[in-house]
Amino acid sequence: MKTFLSLILIVVLFSACQNSAKKTGESGGSSVSLTSAGATFPLPYYNLVFKNYAKETGVQVTYGGIGSGGGIRSLKDKVVDFGATDAYLNDDQLVEMPAEVVHIPTCMGAVVIAYNLPGVEELKLSDSLLEKIFMGEITRWNDPALKSNNEGVTLPDLEIVFVHRSDGSGTTHIFSDYMSKVSQKWADEVGAGKSLKWPVGMGAKGNPGVAGTISQTEGAIGYIGSEFAFAQKIQTAKVQNSSGEYIEPSIESISAAAQGDIPADTRVMVTNSDFPTAYPISGFTWIILYKEQAYDGRSEALARGTVEFLDWLVSEDAQAQAAKVNYAPLPEATVQKAKAILRSVTYNGEAILKE
Amino acid sequence: MNSDKITKAVLFSVSILILLLAAGMLYSLVGGSLPAFKTFGLRFIISGEWDPTYGREKYGALPFIVGTLITSFAALLISLPLSFSTSLFLGEYFRGTRVARILGILVDLLAGIPSIVYGLWGFYVLRPLLIDLGFGGQGFGIFTASLILAIMIIPYATSLSNEIIGMVPNDLKEAAYSLGATRLEVITTVTIPAARSGIVAGYILSFGRALGETMAVTMLIGNTNLVPDSLFDTGNTMASVIANQFGEADGLKLSSLIAIGLLLFLMTGVINAIGKLIIKKMN
Repeated sequence: MKTFLSLILIVVLFSACQNSAKKTGESGGSSVSLTSAGATFPLPYYNLVFKNYAKETGVQVTYGGIGSGGGIRSLKDKVVDFGATDAYLNDDQLVEMPAEVVHIPTCMGAVVIAYNLPGVEELKLSDSLLEKIFMGEITRWNDPALKSNNEGVTLPDLEIVFVHRSDGSGTTHIFSDYMSKVSQKWADEVGAGKSLKWPVGMGAKGNPGVAGTISQTEGAIGYIGSEFAFAQKIQTAKVQNSSGEYIEPSIESISAAAQGDIPADTRVMVTNSDFPTAYPISGFTWIILYKEQAYDGRSEALARGTVEFLDWLVSEDAQAQAAKVNYAPLPEATVQKAKAILRSVTYNGEAILKE
Repeated sequence: MNSDKITKAVLFSVSILILLLAAGMLYSLVGGSLPAFKTFGLRFIISGEWDPTYGREKYGALPFIVGTLITSFAALLISLPLSFSTSLFLGEYFRGTRVARILGILVDLLAGIPSIVYGLWGFYVLRPLLIDLGFGGQGFGIFTASLILAIMIIPYATSLSNEIIGMVPNDLKEAAYSLGATRLEVITTVTIPAARSGIVAGYILSFGRALGETMAVTMLIGNTNLVPDSLFDTGNTMASVIANQFGEADGLKLSSLIAIGLLLFLMTGVINAIGKLIIKKMN
């Protein structure tokens, strides 16, 4: 009996915790606090700017880095004010959501190709080389195809060991999306997704796992999230973009990837950008929220707090801090699109942000 | 109510709670895995194809079942001579001496090391060593994972067998000695037969540990979702694929991962039941 009573007590305590987020919103005024969860990729950036926003405005925003899938599930279950995801919701997923969802891009990142070749300072990789290496058609570093693309570089007689992610990841999604665009063979046999049926190679868990395995294995090559690679100063290969240029991944070349036609709803993979200075394996990360904010008894103050915060997140104030934590800011044109989307968000049918 | 009744009530309710927990776990595992079994049927268990790409999803658990069984059996085989001789050393030859006490503590200490530490050690020390010795290309794979598992399960088998060997009545052994048996003869004809059910129980416990181990295996097995060709090939295990893929999984993939969890749950149950049966037969 006692056990049963304490069980009930635990359940009551838990449900009390879950409700608290909404309660604070209802009290109105400046004491709004926001709850969010989702992708782990932008976590360091969100941690930094969310904290700064709390300092400036007193609005507390909590963020749980539970993965993009978790972010979408949380928004669907309406346990967060907004979710975050590295992959935009496809049309099927949008239909499955209980109400219309909008996407707000918040910053950009890229996937870099890291390698471990003693004495090789610069490595240039073209589309066809990437295809051959990652499909397992080239198996040694001194292959003629690699040599002819990297004149003046002494490539060692080592086996190529491809290290990929063993866990599901937005990094894998961007990488495989790019590969599917530049290689028909890849698109047919492997495809794009957060985890894949790999033709060759071995898996390691997370960016640290892949980076660690590469650094411990001579002849290894793999892909890593740019935010991690930049922070760890990992040596990366130059990748050929669709204008034929070999581009080194950097904050500038990543931002440049979004200098092209972006659809109004920003649901696009900007990989393989045709902008001449763009690093081709780049992508957005998004925040997702319901277009109609009056749901589940949410207060207008909470809805306003959410949208005002997101409007600040894409403003220059927040974007300027992205590079500090190795993310690339959104180009101006994308910021304008994001702001326009935020102005379409409503409370009981009325736009929340007027100007 | 007297204190005896209260004790009985508390013990009863706690045991029921554990039973409910196990039943609830099985219930939610079965519920969660239904979509996977409905879609793939028996093919889920016998198919080696694991393709998570959206639009052509196909999930088969065979690579992970094979990987789990091979690594666990290999670990058991590797650890068998080590832990068996250690337990004889501790429980028979040097029983009660200072050397045995220190060695006993060290063996128990092995059980207390977190698996992530074993994984790190395997990654930075064992793997380069295996490469230098010429085992396989990059040192990742079934063999390396089995080696690390073997080291991890040594203390479980050793401690239990050591205790049981120590409990064999001295009268029995002395009787054998008085008949002129040598020490080795006493061990093979008296100690081991008297202690065998306990020894087997120790190995079943350690096999169960090997089946469920996740972190250290993930770091060393290479995480390739294919049925391995050889001991030195890379592979994956059931626990490892769940830990790796669970975070970003949804829909059919999530259901498939839960189904793998259910299979692992059942496998552990069956192996324990077989173990119990063997012990019963021996007695």
